[in-house]
Amino acid sequence: MSKEAQKEKSMILQKEMIEGLFSDLANAKELGKKVCYTFIPGNLSELIRTFDMLPVYPEINALQSAMRKKSAAYIKEAERNAHSEDVCTYVKCDVGMMMKGNIGPTGQKIPEPDVLLLSYTGCFTFLKWFETLKREYPNAKVIMVHTPYQENAEMTPEMTQYMVKQFKEEVIPQMEEVTGIKYDEAKLKRHLELSAKAEDLINEIFQTTKHKPSPIDAYFAGVYYIGPINIGFRGTQEAVDYYQELLKEIHIRIEQGLGPITPEGEMKEEKYRLVVEGPPNWTSFREFWKIFYDMGAVIVASSYTKVGGVYDLGWRHDPERPLEALAEYCMNCYTNMNIPQRIDLLKKCITEYDADGYVTNSIKSCNSFSAGQLGMMREIEDSLEVPVGFIESDLVDPRYFSYSNIKNRLESYFQMLEQRKKMEKEMETA
Amino acid sequence: MKELKEILQECKELSFDLNFTRAKNWKEEKEGRVLVGYMPIYFPREIIHAAGAMPVGIFGGGDIKQIIKGDAYYQSYICHIPRSIMEIALDKHLDHIDGFIFPSICDVIRNLSGIFKQQKIGKFVKYMDFPQNFLPEIGGVFYQQEMQHVLKYIKELNGVEVTIEALNHSIELYNRNRQLIDFIYRIRQDYPWRLSIEEVYCVVRAGTVIPVEEHNAILEQVCEHIKEDIGVPQDKIKVVISGAFCEQPALGLIRAIEEAGCYVVDDDYMLGSRMILGDVDATTDHPLESIAISYIKQSQYSSSIYDVHNPKENRLAKIVKDRGADGVIFAAASFCDPSLLDAPIFQNAFDKMGIRYISFQFSENINQYKVIKEQVGTFSDSIKLWENEEVVSI
Repeated sequence: MSKEAQKEKSMILQKEMIEGLFSDLANAKELGKKVCYTFIPGNLSELIRTFDMLPVYPEINALQSAMRKKSAAYIKEAERNAHSEDVCTYVKCDVGMMMKGNIGPTGQKIPEPDVLLLSYTGCFTFLKWFETLKREYPNAKVIMVHTPYQENAEMTPEMTQYMVKQFKEEVIPQMEEVTGIKYDEAKLKRHLELSAKAEDLINEIFQTTKHKPSPIDAYFAGVYYIGPINIGFRGTQEAVDYYQELLKEIHIRIEQGLGPITPEGEMKEEKYRLVVEGPPNWTSFREFWKIFYDMGAVIVASSYTKVGGVYDLGWRHDPERPLEALAEYCMNCYTNMNIPQRIDLLKKCITEYDADGYVTNSIKSCNSFSAGQLGMMREIEDSLEVPVGFIESDLVDPRYFSYSNIKNRLESYFQMLEQRKKMEKEMETA
Repeated sequence: MKELKEILQECKELSFDLNFTRAKNWKEEKEGRVLVGYMPIYFPREIIHAAGAMPVGIFGGGDIKQIIKGDAYYQSYICHIPRSIMEIALDKHLDHIDGFIFPSICDVIRNLSGIFKQQKIGKFVKYMDFPQNFLPEIGGVFYQQEMQHVLKYIKELNGVEVTIEALNHSIELYNRNRQLIDFIYRIRQDYPWRLSIEEVYCVVRAGTVIPVEEHNAILEQVCEHIKEDIGVPQDKIKVVISGAFCEQPALGLIRAIEEAGCYVVDDDYMLGSRMILGDVDATTDHPLESIAISYIKQSQYSSSIYDVHNPKENRLAKIVKDRGADGVIFAAASFCDPSLLDAPIFQNAFDKMGIRYISFQFSENINQYKVIKEQVGTFSDSIKLWENEEVVSI
């Protein structure tokens, strides 16, 4: 009884936070708040909060639309307006939603942007996305932050300085102009302190999957856990409270030796521990997850939960170097890391979390993730001799989620894992 | 002076030589020479030249190279060029090229740089992060730092310390190169029958795989030839091609568009060779700064450059007007994010401006053009026959 109550508390907290944000957005004008559209990777939540703006994340709206089965209609609307079938479906879903009145996931209208803050991190499509939105919202101020790619697997001082100069000479003055609020570095530092706390906590939460059985699923449940830290609450006490509560609940599960909670209740037996690369499919999220938990497969680490920031390698927002910290944060998001870095990170996860296998969910319309995944998979398979699986789907376009194809592929993959486990057991016995 | 026919044949052979024979020979002519491969769209070749190396354009395998190994690296829904570049790399066509530069175009080319690193292809691999900040003191400085990295890589191979004089000399050579190409396009604007678009394409593309001095000599001769009133005018409309700046259409497709009734008076096929509009200052003590400023202030529009302060639809519309074109053909490589994501922006604007257009997608290896030819032919006919009718976009 107490276990369920504790579990619900973190979920309730998150629900309240998100509802509060959408309610504030719906009443932005009355509240006198400016609205800032931005993206999850490289999101400058602390800076947005320093200027008392409300954030809108178009890709979150898109995935929420998909989970509510509304994305197909939005995508069609965009395609009727010259958007290609072959480009990012987040973009089309967002454009379609806008064309149909911009009603957000809670049923409330999302206000038009005062600022389009493009912290262009790890995804070229973001740039094209805001070029498109600028044509739709000509009065919005576009603030562009170019985040250099970690092409040589490093963040050099000159890369950081390039970003800091952009913050100082372009981003902050423009935010001051739009909001009429003077930049307050002490306020930013306070937010950054809270960010670092939340980052410590979420890192600890994702480390708990090292336990056997893993108390959580780091992919299907992980996408909920990263919600607050990614959608504008990083840098707030609310986020710290949420993650403290969540961690407490997870520790109770560990003490009780319990596995992850699924939509159909607790997972009884942990048969396979997997690391997953790539975003999930949102249109059939539940069905997709079910294929895994029905087979006793738990995801112990995923790259997708690192799109809004990689915290497991030790990096944290440093309040003493506020603008440098923001710069490093942007550069340190998963898709802004080069392919060998991504491979190393995934190999580390497979080894440290004692995973039995590695699965790539290749997303048709997300080249930032997908281009290079086959080479990554081969390298991981060769160097760790770990069984690899490969499936294809899409973010929010239901036309590209083929349940039976994915199920068949995964069933074959799990059979392979089963065989391998048997062989390993036999060898141990021998 | 050579016959035009002979020059054109040479250019065609150079353009599609996947063994990069001329570059290879250039390297073997003298010990310590370095070849630096670069992918589309644009790279400031001046700096490679000034460092005593030779830039070599790598534009994929086209319809010449059968893809077998490359498909194992890229899913079916990713454009064709990365798999054909992998194919030519794995088949050792690039073995004599020392380093590789991947300019920031899109996520696919960016991640291909990582695959090159992972596969340890070449002595260096550099993803060239072009600035998306267009203030000289911010983006311009960052761009200079990026160029310095490339020079450092080359110096590690050939020991050459680049001088101001060498850079200014290289800038002059490439200025001349762009002037000559520009001259060809200006002639074609009024007399497109003097040199077909297929021929122009080969003449420009050949310059990406030979020393710039040799290319300038070729261009000088071509310009002399087309000053003469050669060729026979045909009843064709004039169009601008947009969207084929990275993965290149097969030569047959380039030819088919013109055969179907459209003189192509401007295009972005070999955009990198024409990226900088006008000259780069070759007289300063800060030549890298000159190159950076030219990119920031004098670049052609591109789907890979953030444009809200200088909208691309207005810039393309100006090209259409200046060239006296009747319409635009949007030709995007299949699954090309930058080009396809720009399509609604262009098309919505052109609907309002009354600029006629059609669009299609291609892949570098397609060699059946019947459907595209019919589409282009219909577009041409509709303009020729009903020029004064109300505009209806196809």
